Amino acid sequence: MEKNINVNLKIWRQRGPKEKGSFQNYRVENVSTGTSFLEMLDMLNQQLVEKGEEPVVFDSDCREGICGMCSLYINGHPHGPVQGITTCQLHMRKFNNEDTITIEPWRSAAFPVIRDLMVDRNAFDKIQQAGGYVSFNCGGAPDANATPISKEIADEAMDSATCIGCGACVAACKNGSAMLFVSAKVSQFALLPQGQVERARRARAMVAKMDELGFGNCTNTGACAAECPKNISLSNIARLNREFLKAKIAE
Amino acid sequence: MADYKKLEGMIDSTPIMKDYADIESSALPEFQIDSKIPEGPIAEKWTNYKAHQKLVNPANKRHLDVIVVGTGLAGASAASTLAELGFNVTNMCIQDSPRRAHSIAAQGGINAAKDYQNDGDSVYRLFYDTVKGGDFRAREANVYRLAEVSNNIIDQCVQQGVPFAREYGGLLANRSFGGAQVSRTFYAKGQTGQQLLLGAYASLNRQIEKGKVKSYNRREMLDLVIIDGRARGIIVRNLITGEIERYAAHAVVLATGGYGRAFFLSTNAMGCNGSAAIQVFKKGAYLANLAFTQIHPTCIPVHGEDQSKLTLMSESLRNDGRIWVPKKKEDAEAIRAGKKRPTDIPDEDRDFYLERRYPAFGNLCPRDIASRAAKERCDAGYGVGTGNAVYLDFKYAIERDGVDAVRDRYGNLFDMYQMISDDNPYETPMMIFPASHYTMGGIWVDYELQTSIKGLFAIGECNFSDHGGNRLGASALMQGLADGYFVLPYTMQNYLSDQIKVPKFKTDTPEFDKAEKEVRERIQKLMNIKGTKSPDELHKKLGHVMWELVGMGRTLQGLVKAIDEIEEVRKEFYSDLRIVGSADTMNTELEKALRLEDFLVMCKMMAIDALNRNESCGAHFREEYQTADGEAARNDKDYMYVSCWKYTGEGAKPILLKENLKYEAIQVQTRNYKS
Repeated sequence: MEKNINVNLKIWRQRGPKEKGSFQNYRVENVSTGTSFLEMLDMLNQQLVEKGEEPVVFDSDCREGICGMCSLYINGHPHGPVQGITTCQLHMRKFNNEDTITIEPWRSAAFPVIRDLMVDRNAFDKIQQAGGYVSFNCGGAPDANATPISKEIADEAMDSATCIGCGACVAACKNGSAMLFVSAKVSQFALLPQGQVERARRARAMVAKMDELGFGNCTNTGACAAECPKNISLSNIARLNREFLKAKIAE
Repeated sequence: MADYKKLEGMIDSTPIMKDYADIESSALPEFQIDSKIPEGPIAEKWTNYKAHQKLVNPANKRHLDVIVVGTGLAGASAASTLAELGFNVTNMCIQDSPRRAHSIAAQGGINAAKDYQNDGDSVYRLFYDTVKGGDFRAREANVYRLAEVSNNIIDQCVQQGVPFAREYGGLLANRSFGGAQVSRTFYAKGQTGQQLLLGAYASLNRQIEKGKVKSYNRREMLDLVIIDGRARGIIVRNLITGEIERYAAHAVVLATGGYGRAFFLSTNAMGCNGSAAIQVFKKGAYLANLAFTQIHPTCIPVHGEDQSKLTLMSESLRNDGRIWVPKKKEDAEAIRAGKKRPTDIPDEDRDFYLERRYPAFGNLCPRDIASRAAKERCDAGYGVGTGNAVYLDFKYAIERDGVDAVRDRYGNLFDMYQMISDDNPYETPMMIFPASHYTMGGIWVDYELQTSIKGLFAIGECNFSDHGGNRLGASALMQGLADGYFVLPYTMQNYLSDQIKVPKFKTDTPEFDKAEKEVRERIQKLMNIKGTKSPDELHKKLGHVMWELVGMGRTLQGLVKAIDEIEEVRKEFYSDLRIVGSADTMNTELEKALRLEDFLVMCKMMAIDALNRNESCGAHFREEYQTADGEAARNDKDYMYVSCWKYTGEGAKPILLKENLKYEAIQVQTRNYKS
């Protein structure tokens, strides 16, 4: 059954990308355990606004785990202590009365802090722009059933395509690598017949862009997949490595 | 304040309407509505239109600039396709990336008339189902075109690499959705919106890389700029820096989504708003059919006061889940008191009220009907949970197909439910209740998707066009992508072909100066109120009024009361709003306040539109107008029209214009999902 709890919060506050940040302590009382984590932060912000203080800035939009906008590093884990979910899906029943909860932004050279807990993930868009698509113009597509695709392949491509681009993989990685993110898109297209024509070019272009934007190298630690809210598998990285190698050899 | 007692028993509310709107002016010739429906039989209209419309040659496209506001299915598909054709596109996104637009949250699927299942589907049947589902309040020609291009959308998305569900033989799989007796819904697990949006985002990225689309993230439109009677630009606020920016173009496309957050609690994302619609309304664009707001039957019920949003459980669950409440009131009471569990109620004491009332469609009847039926049972005292919930039970599907088959179909939805509610739907039925989900009403557009302002187009959920009084499941994705990929890129050229000699616009004109000045003054005015209430507090208050009085069941008295209460919130807003921080930097409170200010206008217009429509039709249910067995009583004689509202100034009565609807290809009938 639901009950009410009190929590102590240690939240990273930072005015702007170049300004020095620090942890600030807050307390929120009478939080129903059926409340979501972000609703608990809404309660905190309401308290702050009532005192005339500026609210804690954090990203969130759909609040049902699919838009990839929320991005909090809670008690040392991207999206908090529960595996396989985003921050907005975390509920207060996972915490105990009088817990102290530490909340930080994603920390990575490629994701500068904008304010407080909000970071700039534009680098992810740039990687996708480098090659995360099939090049054709609207109107030119053949009938959708013209090319059968086995259920297994379609399902596997779907698993890779499930990535929500939140950046938890980068935040979890000690090197700040974006390999899981890049490999998920490269895998989706490498699996599907529509992606074959540009397969090599895509792998080269996306990896080159990732390197250019200041993401770190992959050292196969696996923290990315362990913390991924959508359970994107490490096998995607293995596939990307093969794709990249093949593309390089073919050059 | 109105004397609500005096309103009792007053069914014909026209005298009341006179207090809120100018309904006589619609007879004036200068306010005639021209929907530009092409001549010819319905099946040939779009072909004829395309054959005769004016085009822009490739060399000239290069000289023409288009602004697209929004990056959801409609916005991203339009921006990428216009750029592919050769136009220069400026694309605005309110989130940090185009991939996060709220289309991403659509779960169930997308309809198309492929007839891959050989179950008798056709373009005509999809058209027919959509018009009937919309309770004969949609424009026939638009809907037919929608059904026609639906098949192209599936081809387009498959080529983009959208991993739709497939059968073991490798061909595409389908499932059924509400309001249809065929399987025409294509899907990608419970994440169809995500996959379709990522497909459109990929095409958009290709054009960004080529330099044909300039993409601006974390920008919010605050005004439309009109030069010599035509839409020529927008004023936006940079949400990171607080700077006010100007953008100019030959034409402007709005793809800004619906106004479902008028109710505060809804399945919409936190940033969804109706602001662009209100901005253009104030500049002369008509708002149409605003009373048609979809309340989705299968959402997770409200749990408490601090809730920020409601979560939808996909309509696809109604394929296998059976909806019920206890037959006996004492069972419902015992369940609410925690003395009985749903599994304690034997089958014979369960009321499968949808199957009982609508045997032909059963649990798959359209959304408006399913929502109202849930409310009816709960109002009658049979609700479970807090009293505002009904059961969606998978026991029967698990008994029939096995737990693995059910997990395969709905696993991610069940997990999502368990995460939120802490209940295991494999063992105990889900609890669901209706919530605000989608808005059929919106900015009025003609057949070319052009608004009543020249050069301003509206696509996707933000326009009113294709769903009439009620949208069928899996049709929002279809409409957004139809507009963006296959309709607007053609129809827009008919407008732009006149513009090829118009030089590029600069943003240092007096019109831009004036628009920016007004935006700055508006922001300053809100910052200066310095009261005590946060935007969210006031929005919750407004949402409560809307849900209680302009929600699923509406009455004359209730709507008049709603208008008064909206006015009270409006007064409180302008006297007691508090925005902390400053305007010249990031300020999330200011963003919310600006959106709320626009919602106050939108909510009043919704109530006025609902008050005007003296009938029950689609999602608009006026309790005075129902049949003996509680079904909606439509009034085709007096209300078979699109209600278009024209702004006449702050505090002045809006003018009602009527676009009369004609049905030539389809016989108008009472909607029947019983037999």
